[in-house]
Amino acid sequence: MTRTGVLPRIGLAIYLLALMLPIYWLVNMSLRSNEDIMSGLSLWPHHPSLGRYFFIFNDSTWVHAFGVSLTYVAINTVISVTVALPAAYAFNRYRFVGDKHLFFWLLTNLMAPASVYAMPFFNLYYAIGLFDTVWAVALAHCLFNIPVAVWILEGFVSGVPREIDETAAIDGYSFPRFFIRIFLPLIANGIGVTAFFCFMFSWVEQLLATTLTATNALPFAAVMTRSYSAAGMDWSLLAAAGVLTMIPGAVVIWFVRHHIAKGFALGRV
Amino acid sequence: MSLRLENVSVTAGGRTIIHDVSLALEPGTMNVLLGATLAGKTTLMRLMAGLDKPTSGRVLIDGKDVTGVPVRRRSVAMVFQQFMNYPWLSVYENIASPLRVARLNTAEIDRRVRRAAQLLGLEPLLDRLPQQISGGQQQRTAIARAIVKGADLVLLDEPLANLDYKLREELREELPRIFAETGAILVYATAEPLEALLLGGSTATLSQGRIVQAGPTLAVYHRPSDIESARVFSDPPLNESDIVKEDDVIRFGAAQALPAAGALAAIPPGPYRLAFRADIATLGAPWPASLSLAGRIALAEISGSESFVHVETAIGTFVCVERGVSTRQPGQPTSLHVDAARVFVFDRDGRPVAAGSGG
Repeated sequence: MTRTGVLPRIGLAIYLLALMLPIYWLVNMSLRSNEDIMSGLSLWPHHPSLGRYFFIFNDSTWVHAFGVSLTYVAINTVISVTVALPAAYAFNRYRFVGDKHLFFWLLTNLMAPASVYAMPFFNLYYAIGLFDTVWAVALAHCLFNIPVAVWILEGFVSGVPREIDETAAIDGYSFPRFFIRIFLPLIANGIGVTAFFCFMFSWVEQLLATTLTATNALPFAAVMTRSYSAAGMDWSLLAAAGVLTMIPGAVVIWFVRHHIAKGFALGRV
Repeated sequence: MSLRLENVSVTAGGRTIIHDVSLALEPGTMNVLLGATLAGKTTLMRLMAGLDKPTSGRVLIDGKDVTGVPVRRRSVAMVFQQFMNYPWLSVYENIASPLRVARLNTAEIDRRVRRAAQLLGLEPLLDRLPQQISGGQQQRTAIARAIVKGADLVLLDEPLANLDYKLREELREELPRIFAETGAILVYATAEPLEALLLGGSTATLSQGRIVQAGPTLAVYHRPSDIESARVFSDPPLNESDIVKEDDVIRFGAAQALPAAGALAAIPPGPYRLAFRADIATLGAPWPASLSLAGRIALAEISGSESFVHVETAIGTFVCVERGVSTRQPGQPTSLHVDAARVFVFDRDGRPVAAGSGG
């Protein structure tokens, strides 16, 4: 059943080319000087230079911002998955009053745009002293990530037969031990997929991240938007920063690619 | 350890699944729960294990009420019909799992696991993962896990249903022996009457969430206390017909009358329900006291080395068993002889009136 026609291959090649073009263009720009970029169309850099990357690595604002972004994203991912795991298990395995409504209500959190929540979060965090910390952003992102995580994980939990729980109980496993030793390995793919989605959302989300921070915990993307107001557009610098923004996502995808492949096949993604 | 169920009922979603079941199980005994699918065998076992709580009634172990005690704190092993193993653990670790939880030393674990593996022919497979072995081997792994635990109560829920024929025969003999040594209460659920007979011990027949009859397996088989019990304990299905006894004849409706022979001779006049198992009906020579019905062959089903021959008579279709593969053709005229000395006669409430030995 392998299709060996030439036409499908050409079609696929064109599609992939179109998909990769913006990324290529970004890398292309990051390696050229601003004058070169403004001077006209050029398909590849004639005098490639890593200068803008070195500039970013040597500038403490950029490096700090990169660290801040990674920190709140990591905190958020850990919190979301940790909270969502028992919740997903409970939603799937137990019946309680209003369980279905609660499950649906979780998802309704996703129906409002982030901007709706920006003001209340700002006000609240300012009042309790969380403003301009990595925790502010990490916790705010939980509002979106936990429902998604619960929803994805519940799909994976439902794929594990109840008899596994019972077999473990009969074998004498205590509940915590069962959950960690028996159950988590069974939904490892789901956890990988969930962590990936939490990471990605938190990494690309900008509005809450910039609203809830000022200087100490300024995320990477916010530094990017700030860098063009100073002295016109530094195209090359922005492009280099953009390339760096994509790297953590690419690394995460690389690590969880097997989980994701299985996860997409099995669960609720 | 002895286990007692007292007036246990289970209601779920407005439906009663288990009706007022009382049952006493003694240590070192083999107890068969015999019933069709959905009769409540699995539910009853889950109650015994402590996986579920009865809606009403009590579960007693050695006279102590354990109704609400969770399964982790009981000495129970259970094998589910749809075998369960931990997918990412090797067969060895799957079998060792309850022992690891109980923190036994490695040498003892190894000794017990290898012994169980040897009993179940799993030795060459110990390093494999469950998905790398066949369904039957996975079920044997689950049985091995139940063996090594050395629990006081061992529940096997149709454990051999997914195994191939030869292994089934072997394990049917092995399992009671293996567990008899440990002094455990063995409870074995099955839908097959033949399996209950081969296992021996005691049998409780279940129908629609009720225990119809409980007692020594052969006694239940030969002397059903209720027509339902005879139905549950018959494969192929029990042959039944309404009869009316008049003086020394029995009438099957208006169509047919036969002399009241055998067990039918002694019963007082009146309406009854006649029942007989397929193995006391024959197409060969008549019995000394025979009910003989003319009919024609409707169907010959082949079941292993036997054939179930369905005979259509003026008063209904009956099944009889013949040895070997039957070559009878549908439509052939024949006569069916039922051993009148061994038929069951029940009154209108399904209570036995004259008990033949039933075959």
